[in-house]
Amino acid sequence: MKTTWYAMLLALVAAPLQAQDVKVPVNLPPMPEGKYVHEAPTLEDLEADESINPELKKVILKGRDMFINTQQFRGEYVFNDLSCSSCHLGEGKLNWSGPVWPAVTTLPDFRGKNQHVNSLEERIAGCFSFSMNGTPPEYGSDDMLALAAYHQWVATNAPVYERNIGGRGFGHLGREMPADISYEKGQVVYEANCAICHGEDGAGQKKDGQVVFPPLWGDGSYNWGAGMVRVYTAASFIKNNMPLGKPGSLSDADAWNVALYINSQERPQDPRYTGDAKETREKYLNFHKYSMYGTERDGRTLGQHDNTGSKPFLKPAALKPRTFE
Amino acid sequence: MHRRLFRLAGGALAACLVSLSAQAAGDPEAGQQIVMKGDGQGAPCVACHGLDGAGNDAGGFPRLAGMDADYLAHQIRSYNDGSRVSPIMQPNVTKLSEQQIQDVAAYYAGQEVVASTQPAEPDAAEMALGRKLVERGDWSAYIPSCDSCHGPGALGVGADFPMLAGQHPTYIAQQLRAWQAGTRHNDPNLLMTGVAERLSDAQIDAVAAYLSRLPVTVSGGQ
Ligand code: HEC
Ligand code: HEC
Ligand code: HEC
Ligand code: HEC
Repeated sequence: MKTTWYAMLLALVAAPLQAQDVKVPVNLPPMPEGKYVHEAPTLEDLEADESINPELKKVILKGRDMFINTQQFRGEYVFNDLSCSSCHLGEGKLNWSGPVWPAVTTLPDFRGKNQHVNSLEERIAGCFSFSMNGTPPEYGSDDMLALAAYHQWVATNAPVYERNIGGRGFGHLGREMPADISYEKGQVVYEANCAICHGEDGAGQKKDGQVVFPPLWGDGSYNWGAGMVRVYTAASFIKNNMPLGKPGSLSDADAWNVALYINSQERPQDPRYTGDAKETREKYLNFHKYSMYGTERDGRTLGQHDNTGSKPFLKPAALKPRTFE
Repeated sequence: MHRRLFRLAGGALAACLVSLSAQAAGDPEAGQQIVMKGDGQGAPCVACHGLDGAGNDAGGFPRLAGMDADYLAHQIRSYNDGSRVSPIMQPNVTKLSEQQIQDVAAYYAGQEVVASTQPAEPDAAEMALGRKLVERGDWSAYIPSCDSCHGPGALGVGADFPMLAGQHPTYIAQQLRAWQAGTRHNDPNLLMTGVAERLSDAQIDAVAAYLSRLPVTVSGGQ
């Protein structure tokens, strides 16, 4: 009884004080009621947990290292400048930053993107093929198993097949782009808020050859088939994660404007390319109706080119349909 | 049409700015004179920052040797425009012209870094907490890793993200508390403010201790 009073008083007094004091608030969307909110285990939990076999610990840690320093596989699985953690912040655990554990508890399931039932490994392979402009470790290989083990450990204690998940994906801006969003406004937002890290030319910044700020377009960035090219996906990611350390500081409209701007720049080809960007757009319209791929910008068709970045092939062999027949 | 004109004008302006800053780049020899003699009113820089530019932990004097020239110049301007307040430091640079600011900055940027001795090693738990913050951050309090902006090994990235490795712990802790207190607010787009105000006292001490022990290698590489 006493503590409740005390807590209420504290909440009353502290809340307005804090709001005044804090110059850069962490403005994340409120967690809708009734959703499952996951508490992912920490590295310290892993180290302390004696019920986990030491050999498994080693494999989970290897998967974690692959996730946050994916550039160690540059030229093997990865052909751009990104790591998994470039888009899945907080080591893949952070809400509203595409936490990765739901793939463990909701797959196998049907995915619209490739029109068949997918496993966890296939989901991981998807991000390698598109987001990393690369090719996945072989299914069942040590590397793939280590990544899967890391994902599954992050999912510790989450209910299997629970779909009512709080903070999944990137957020809440909806799929339909509002009417008054423009490339020109996006450029202004970009130059004022993003260029300091990601560079005027969107190519990011390196220090002594190591990527510090990842590229947002051009050869070093995600390809035209990546989830992030959907303007709504980028808008929600940006709203809730960028500028780094200042989530929710842009207005919804500015998050859309800048998402449209960065996703109207050139990047490596969609691995599903048929040789014609407009045709590829039509073929995968359920996906590309949300991207600028195959549309006109400054008199040119976005994505009409043979550039696959530093990747010496177009389509990774792992991307193939399943029929279960 | 309008847009194209605007772009052309913007391009020409950018080209001008580039050539201006190239012309106005600091002269390290002129800078050395100022470092030895001061700005004509305050104390000479060497009195506090040392002949070797290594500063001094007990005095709260930062190491300046090997830091990015544009970053240092921005700091001197910040003392003069009040966006960074220090009654000890500020009086020493009020008389410097823009050219002189760039000269001293160029001098310190080119100065060789000597390994500095730090106070007694803190305990292992404090070092571990410091290391965690520098390499991984603390997302439960929405603190990204220091390395994600200050670069691998906290060696700095360009003019906007200063090198923290090997800086004195007293100074680092003072700066983080200055952001919390609002006496330093010269960071671009409040990028450091948000991080600093989320750090607890214990985290500040740990991160300062850990950073001060990171090795410095000045490569100048981008
Ligand atoms: C360019 C950004 C980007 C990069 C880099 C990236 N991903 Fe993703 N990832 C996404 C997007 C976008 C989604 C879909 C989120 C949504 O549906 O809103 C996603 C979803 C996922 C999911 C499914 C999460 C769920 O809720 O089911 C997993 C698992 C995943 N990624 C793993 C990885 C791994 C492993 C890597 C590195 C090999 C990686 N990602 C790299 C953007 C990225
Ligand atoms: C203070 C530096 C900083 C600023 C400013 C910043 N970002 Fe980022 N951004 C990062 C870092 C660092 C990452 C990778 C996350 C990580 O490694 O922790 C990232 C990742 C991203 C990604 C996903 C990875 C990729 O390369 O595609 C996008 C998209 C992005 N930022 C967009 C933006 C936009 C748009 C803005 C401006 C509104 C912005 N960022 C401002 C530092 C910054
Ligand atoms: C009386 C001692 C003293 C003298 C003399 C002095 N400084 Fe400082 N300097 C300091 C202190 C103390 C600080 C840290 C102040 C703070 O908390 O902002 C500092 C900070 C700085 C910084 C900021 C460093 C960083 O990493 O952000 C620069 C740059 C600097 N001094 C340059 C100079 C120059 C140039 C001169 C000579 C013209 C000079 N100082 C003379 C004491 C001094
Ligand atoms: C989102 C980007 C970002 C992150 C993350 C970040 N910083 Fe900074 N930091 C900056 C910027 C920008 C400046 C330069 C401010 C200026 O120009 O005055 C800075 C400056 C500093 C300085 C002043 C250095 C000097 O010489 O005066 C200290 C100390 C510092 N940061 C500590 C930290 C620590 C400790 C962490 C991790 C807990 C951290 N920073 C994480 C952006 C960041």
